[in-house]
Amino acid sequence: MMDLSALDLSRLQFAFTVSFHIIFPAMSIGLASFIAVLEAAWLMTGKPHYKALCVFWSKVFAIGFGMGVVSGVVMAYQFGTNWAGFSRFAGPITGPLLTYEVMTAFFLEAGFLGIMLFGWDRVGRRAHFGATLLVAIGTLISTFWILASNSWMQTPQGYAVENGHVVPLDWFKIIFNPSFPYRLAHMAIAAFIVGALVVAATGAWHLLRGRRDPAVKTMFSMALWLLLVLAPVQAIVGDQHGLNTRKYQPAKIAAIEGLWKTEKGGTSLNLIGFPDMQAEVTRYAIKVPHLGSVILTHSWTGEIRGLKEFPKEDRPNSLIVFWSFRIMAALGMLMILLALIGLTLRRHHRIYESQFFQRCMLAMGPAGFITLLAGWVTTEAGRQPWVVYGVLRTAQAVSPVTQQDVSVSLMVFVVAYFLVFCTGIYYIFKLLRLGPPLDEENPAPVPNANANSSGRRPLAAVE
Amino acid sequence: MDITTIWAAIIALGLFMYVALDGFDLGVGLIFPFFPDDGERDIMISSISPVWDGNETWLVLGGAALFAVFPEVYSIVLSALYLPVVTMLVCLIFRGVSFEIREKASRTKNLWNLAFIAGSAGTAFFQGVILGAYLQGISVADGVFAGPSFFWLTPFSLLTGFGLMATYALLGSCWLAMKTDGNLQHRLHSLIRPLTVVLLVFMVVVSIWTPLTNAQIAARWFNSGLLYRLLPVPFLVVISALFMFRAVRRRYDTAPFLLALLLVLLGYAGLLVSIWPYAVPNVITLEEAAAPRSSQLFTLVGAVIILPIILAYTTVGYRVFRGKTSPGAKYH
Repeated sequence: MMDLSALDLSRLQFAFTVSFHIIFPAMSIGLASFIAVLEAAWLMTGKPHYKALCVFWSKVFAIGFGMGVVSGVVMAYQFGTNWAGFSRFAGPITGPLLTYEVMTAFFLEAGFLGIMLFGWDRVGRRAHFGATLLVAIGTLISTFWILASNSWMQTPQGYAVENGHVVPLDWFKIIFNPSFPYRLAHMAIAAFIVGALVVAATGAWHLLRGRRDPAVKTMFSMALWLLLVLAPVQAIVGDQHGLNTRKYQPAKIAAIEGLWKTEKGGTSLNLIGFPDMQAEVTRYAIKVPHLGSVILTHSWTGEIRGLKEFPKEDRPNSLIVFWSFRIMAALGMLMILLALIGLTLRRHHRIYESQFFQRCMLAMGPAGFITLLAGWVTTEAGRQPWVVYGVLRTAQAVSPVTQQDVSVSLMVFVVAYFLVFCTGIYYIFKLLRLGPPLDEENPAPVPNANANSSGRRPLAAVE
Repeated sequence: MDITTIWAAIIALGLFMYVALDGFDLGVGLIFPFFPDDGERDIMISSISPVWDGNETWLVLGGAALFAVFPEVYSIVLSALYLPVVTMLVCLIFRGVSFEIREKASRTKNLWNLAFIAGSAGTAFFQGVILGAYLQGISVADGVFAGPSFFWLTPFSLLTGFGLMATYALLGSCWLAMKTDGNLQHRLHSLIRPLTVVLLVFMVVVSIWTPLTNAQIAARWFNSGLLYRLLPVPFLVVISALFMFRAVRRRYDTAPFLLALLLVLLGYAGLLVSIWPYAVPNVITLEEAAAPRSSQLFTLVGAVIILPIILAYTTVGYRVFRGKTSPGAKYH
């Protein structure tokens, strides 16, 4: 860390803490709604495996949520500790949005989480369901406000600058800024996909271990249905988001595409390549003519502005966002493909039997998180060097803290996060491995001799 | 009352809610070492696990509201107190996570007990240090913190650090005395009396030291005729302490906790009076630090509507888990 300034270190620290943080809320958002659906299904049908699933996923949710809360408190204070310039400048707008998030979401979640987790014996069934539902709604309200705040920083409007800070003029314009609807939809769907992939992977693991009880089959099936609907929808939303970004943050799009010169008569797409910021070229590029225009302008000859049209000091790092975007997009495509394979298998009644497919879904368990982080890296690194786009530079936002201060805090955060959150993740894995309890009244049907030939041990899953 | 004052009052109330509610959670962690029995520790944890999360949210509200309506204070105070704030946040992480992991761990359970104790103690101590440094004053130039990195490390801030630990320990003991019975409650009761005495000593020392360390606070105390109007405060503190001793002697369930809350409230009122009308003592007044009116107003509309609802369902939550905590009250 010899040559890094307090600014660089603060950026590293923010990236590190927010990346660790977002993993947990993303999972919580998806799981909370899933749990609410399970509980509703249990109340309506009375089938015990819904209740078993509900309780099982609540335990996973509890750990994830706890991790999200404690890492979230850090975020709420870090704007002040490390980004005093930003909070003084933009506080009058981002502060109220964050306050609304606390008042309408955090309290709601925290207030009813206790009943959801510990209140099964203390309140009636319907009241308990109400608590679960409120927790799920709380996670979505939280998404709304934090995305409003982030989107405003990306595409600010409805404000004036006076005496060195922003003054809000029109709150409706501030919240419903141009990129907000796309970001909100993109993130909310992403969170559901993250949850679906975790649930599908867990189901796959238990199917591979030979369990065929209704709880395991139901969670695998539900997760795949959700993926089948959401993965393609996410691609459409992402496409629309891209059009929006091209309009409001053209430099980000140029960096994502590794595009240096504005091409006439249709822009080709760099499938892969290595953008070089110094030489202002994208090396080893594999190009597909016109595809860039088709994707980003929905026309054969649409124009996309190249990075050279922007002053050097206003360009985001193309190498980072070029690849983070491609990781996100490729994994997204893979999700659609797997969801379609799942549909085919389902129609041939092989969805609970195809080991190959189950191994694929197991491997995809962490893919949601990777995709989500890659997406956030793209949008956050892509809006550099601005923290409030076109208004406040990241370099102006940093606190008057010393390099030593931030070195110490960054090291402490790294050690503490790895210690704490890796332990948390370990216990999440432990729970997932155990799976929902086998229902004693309706024992899992023992797979017939043929299915057993591969040496699966149906009941060994619950050691 | 103008809108800036209303906001100062809301934030003051929010911080008091935090001190009162998370105070007893942290207090449970602080007195954990005195109760080595695993079964008793499970009960102690179970008594706070449904509520700690909501309690901690008041701290987030305090930070967010400061960010929204006094962004200058938020940016100056947090960047000035960089290291104690970061340390406090890391301690909060360990405290919060140990709740979830402690009950799942078997081999490492003692490590997570330690994390719970150290996390709670560190959080309490550094919150006290932050308070002490804030009271002593922060140097500011051009709206930006302009002091040395370690300005916050003074005898006075160490004193307030330990003082807040005593405060939380008392709150925690009284909370647990309310939530437990039998032998455990008996031992908790006998912890309350010495903790009350310790807290009283801290209150006296801080009250004498604060005007000595900050001339402007001294002027406010002694030259404005405020002293006479505030005379009932120490008087009420003594009365509450006497009632506390009596409540402990008679082994009341709830009275000690209420009296502890009253003691904390009285101490808190003294602090608020010392700071008023500053947002950063001696440097920036609330009026000067206030965000634009449109920010204050937009947020106030929400606060006026939503905060009473939050208070209502928080009360409902506490009522759902009222009464003595039974052993083995866990997930179902």
